[in-house]
Amino acid sequence: MSKFVTLESAISAHLHDGDTVALEGFTHLIPFAAGQEIIRQRKKDLTAIRLTPDLLYDQLIGAGCVKKLVFSWGGNPGVGSLHRFRDAYQNAWPRPLEIEEHTHAGMTNRYLAGASGMPFAVLRGYFGTDLVENTTNIATIDSPFTDEKILAVAAINPDVTIVHAQQADRNGNVMAWGIIGSSREAVFAAKKVIVTVEEIVDSFEPRFNSVIYPEALITSISLAPRGAWPSYASGYYDRDNDAYIAWDEISKERESFTRWLDDEVYGKRVQDLTPVGMGR
Amino acid sequence: MAISEVNRDALVEGEKAPWNSNEMMTIAAARTLKDGMICFVGIGIPSTASILAKATHAPNLVLIYESGTVNTDPKTLPLSIGDPELANRALTVVSMPEIFNYWLQPGRIDVGFLGAAQIDRYANINTTVIGESYEKPKVRLPGAGGATEIAGACKEVIIVLKQTTRTFVSEIDFITSVGFGDGPGAREKNGLIGGGPRYVITDLGILEPDPESKELVLTSIHPGVTLEQIRENTGWDLKVAANLVTTSAPTSSELERVRALVATSSRKKS
Repeated sequence: MSKFVTLESAISAHLHDGDTVALEGFTHLIPFAAGQEIIRQRKKDLTAIRLTPDLLYDQLIGAGCVKKLVFSWGGNPGVGSLHRFRDAYQNAWPRPLEIEEHTHAGMTNRYLAGASGMPFAVLRGYFGTDLVENTTNIATIDSPFTDEKILAVAAINPDVTIVHAQQADRNGNVMAWGIIGSSREAVFAAKKVIVTVEEIVDSFEPRFNSVIYPEALITSISLAPRGAWPSYASGYYDRDNDAYIAWDEISKERESFTRWLDDEVYGKRVQDLTPVGMGR
Repeated sequence: MAISEVNRDALVEGEKAPWNSNEMMTIAAARTLKDGMICFVGIGIPSTASILAKATHAPNLVLIYESGTVNTDPKTLPLSIGDPELANRALTVVSMPEIFNYWLQPGRIDVGFLGAAQIDRYANINTTVIGESYEKPKVRLPGAGGATEIAGACKEVIIVLKQTTRTFVSEIDFITSVGFGDGPGAREKNGLIGGGPRYVITDLGILEPDPESKELVLTSIHPGVTLEQIRENTGWDLKVAANLVTTSAPTSSELERVRALVATSSRKKS
């Protein structure tokens, strides 16, 4: 069976209400097209995992898809707050939002444990902070080899990890390059992997800092040109800083956000979207 | 009026400084960076200060951003750590496990730069929530990001923030990142291998931890600022160094460079 399917089919077939899902891509290759297809299919009760919820999860949260957010930094990078996240957490709009909060190092290591098939990972972190009393999935353990306390963080094994990459080849292998963040760990940690790509090519050329996700790891691949916009895909297009700034206005009020949702997400089909407009 | 004509070490009381408080903070922060240091940088003033230092007295400063960009040399001011300028001009780009586990955790970073919403007298900082309740905060802030482990493991930490009674508080609402905890010995007790905060740089002056008590002490006051003004903007009884000095005023060259850099910012605003 071909792994190449439309994004609509991929989300419909492989992501279910109540799933634990990680859409990764740190600052780069953020899978916006996939996130908006999740909204369009009105998926609900998701536990959404991501180091930086970013505009991507602000949209999912505002649309009511998310029951619980697991994260480590929830702002609009370089701009300010995530208004939909704040409104959901502080005012339960459009639904109550549970949170589980970590640090970047903690989240990265949680994926690493998940990718390695281990129940937990260890790091030096969190000690002395109020996170220790206020978050779950952490524990203090005695180092078995030295006389010190070490922090353990529980593995994350998402039901589904979704990543965007530059290219797939015709055999279903995927290549990403540039900033990779924690994507590789999130891919290896997942039970199912949905990938969107800029382009399908006959064969890969060597690239700067490239990562290959072999076909065996991947559940489905969908073509989604500009699918990371307004973040960027190195070699294809640059980050649209203006869109990040514009999001601050769009998301500030429930009314303007709802209008954006109707016009730019519900009002469009995934086939039409290159890209979904945010004030464009 | 040329900038050089108004550049001086001290201003006449009441006279408006020919630089703004962000410029003063940025320049003061840049001066603390020494050539050859490995510097973990965040966005905003830390970025501006690091790029300024690299362009002036510290050309061999190694800039690392948490997105994985190692030894990057941005020529324009990035809007965010996601700005392609950082990745495109880096020696290499590594994964986040490599940044946090291989670079930061073992103590390879000389200096980490942090901002904060609140700070206390032991330079513990809050970037998580404002308000007494974590579950029902008055204001939900972005959270820890990389800050907790940067504060823990860098050989030294520089904190940059504006000084007001809202930011300089006797008790912070949430400890996101540890400075000196509740005083001497707290870092060791928590297994934090880094040296902790070295400077806190504000729009009004520079504070440094007392070597014994670890409490922040005002050691330098920016030109044109009064001690009374600093006390009014601090939420605790601030200790002042016996040899309090005045921060050297920004030079015309520093100001020109900072302004040129800010003008390259991809953020469109007036």
